[in-house]
Amino acid sequence: MIRIVIDPVACDAYGYCAELLPEAITLDEWGYPIVDGAPLPADLVEVARRAARDCPRRAIALRERKGGSS
Amino acid sequence: MLAVSSVSETRPTTCRYRLLGHPTDLAGHVETLGPVPLPGARDRDWREAFVSGLEASGLSGRGGAGFPAAIKLAVTHAGGRGGTVVVNAMEGEPASDKDKLLLIRSPHLVLDGAQLLAAAGEARRIVVCVPEESEHAAAAVSAAIAERAGTSHSPISEVLVRPPDRYVAGEESALAEWLASGRSLPTFRPDKGTPLRIGRRPALVHNAETLAHVAMLARTGPAAFRAHGVVEDPGTCLVTISGSVEHPGVVEIDRGTPLLDVASRATPLGRPQALLVGGYGGAWVGPAHFTTPYASLSLRAVGATAGVGIVVVLGPETCGLTETARVVHYLAGQSAGQCGPCVYGLPAIADDLARLARGQVDPSLQARLDRRVRQVDGRGACRHPDGAASLVRSALAVFADDLRDHLRGTPCAHWDRTTVLRFPAPRPLARA
Repeated sequence: MIRIVIDPVACDAYGYCAELLPEAITLDEWGYPIVDGAPLPADLVEVARRAARDCPRRAIALRERKGGSS
Repeated sequence: MLAVSSVSETRPTTCRYRLLGHPTDLAGHVETLGPVPLPGARDRDWREAFVSGLEASGLSGRGGAGFPAAIKLAVTHAGGRGGTVVVNAMEGEPASDKDKLLLIRSPHLVLDGAQLLAAAGEARRIVVCVPEESEHAAAAVSAAIAERAGTSHSPISEVLVRPPDRYVAGEESALAEWLASGRSLPTFRPDKGTPLRIGRRPALVHNAETLAHVAMLARTGPAAFRAHGVVEDPGTCLVTISGSVEHPGVVEIDRGTPLLDVASRATPLGRPQALLVGGYGGAWVGPAHFTTPYASLSLRAVGATAGVGIVVVLGPETCGLTETARVVHYLAGQSAGQCGPCVYGLPAIADDLARLARGQVDPSLQARLDRRVRQVDGRGACRHPDGAASLVRSALAVFADDLRDHLRGTPCAHWDRTTVLRFPAPRPLARA
C-alpha cells in the first residue's frame, strides 16, 4: 500500500499537488495540503509520483506501508 | 541492582521510593541512597539485568510523550554505540517547575540515571540541557558535575549546556538538532520509530525526571517502584500545581491519584471549575471527571494525557474560554515557525477564541473554529499544533455553558482581568 506523506517543514503551499491530485489532496484555508493518510488507489499512484516530482519544494514522498494507521 | 530478584533479595530496600527529599550534595546522596549500581569492568550480565529491570518497572517517560523508557533505550541502542545521552530539563511548559526543582534538590539522582542509561546504551557522553534563563538549576547541575568529576560516579563525561528558553526547544528532535547545528528547530521524522541522531551518532533524549526514576529504581528494584501507582501506570511522578491555589508548588504523587486529590495538595481557593492537566498542550478536565486517576489510560479516556506533570486549577472567579484564548495566543507565539498549519493556524484559532470571549461573534465563527482546530491537528513536524488543538477541543467541551453565552454575543466579564495562568514575562527581541 502506498501513502502520500507531506513534509510540513519543506512545504511552502505552492499547491500544485492539489491541482494534480484533487482526489487525494485538498488544501487548507492557507493553501497547505491536507492528505488523509489513507492508502492511495492503484490508479492514482502514477499521478501521485508526478505530483511528488513536480513539487517545487520536494515536500511530497510516497511511502510504502504495511497496513495499520500512520 | 535492577530486576534480578536474587540480587534485590540479598539487598533489601531501606529507603522509601521517592525522588525528592534526599541530600543534595554527593556525599549525602551516596550515604543515603548508596552508590549508583554501574557495571563493573567485566560485568557482562549487567546490561541485560538493567534493561529487564527497566522493563519490569513499567516506567514511562515523564517529559510529556509518556513513551516507555525501556523501549526508547532499545531503539537508541539499535542506532549504534558512541552516542549521547541527552538530559532534557528544558521544561518549556510555563506552568512546570518540576524538572528545575529536581535538578536543584536532587541533581545527583538525575546524573546517576544518565550514567546508567549511558552505560546501557554504550554512549560516550552525557549532555545536560538546562535553558538559558534557569540560573538556579544550571548552578546546581554545574556544582554537581564538578563534585562527581573524576570519581567512580561519573565514568562517562557530563557536560552542561544552555539551549534557548522556548516552548518547543525541549521537543526531543529540536534538542538533538540544537546540539548538532545550534538551531533549535524540531525536525520532520515521518517514522518516529527511528532513533534521533546528532550527526551520525544516536541520541538518547530523556526527561530529567525519567532519569531520576531510572537511578532510583536501579537501587530499589522494580518492585519498590511498582508498589506505587496503578498496574497500567506504576510509580510516582512530580506534578507542578498552580493557578487558583493557596500553595502553588511541586509535589510527588503516586500515579493513579484522583485529579482533585492532586489539586488539593496545593489547597484550591474555592471550588475549582476545571483543571488543566498536562500543560498548555494538555487538556481541561471538568468537575464531572475530577475523580479521574492521574494515570495514562484513565486520562486518555477523558481527553487528557498524563503528559508533563502539571495541574493548573481554574477557580470559580474566571472564564475558561478567556484563559484558553490567552494560552493559544501564547502557543502561537511559541511556534518554531516552520510548518504552515502551525504558523497560520494557531494565530487564527487564538483570534477566533478572542472574538468569542469578547462576544464579537459572527455566524460562521463556531464552524470556522472547529474546522481550524481539526486542520492544525497532526500537521506539524512536532506536536506543538496537536497540543493546541487538544487544549481548544477540551475547552469547548468543558466550558460549554460559557461557549453558549459567548456565542449569543455576551462579552466575557473576565477579558480585561488578570490571568490565573502563568506565562513567561515578555522578553525584548534578541538583537542580531
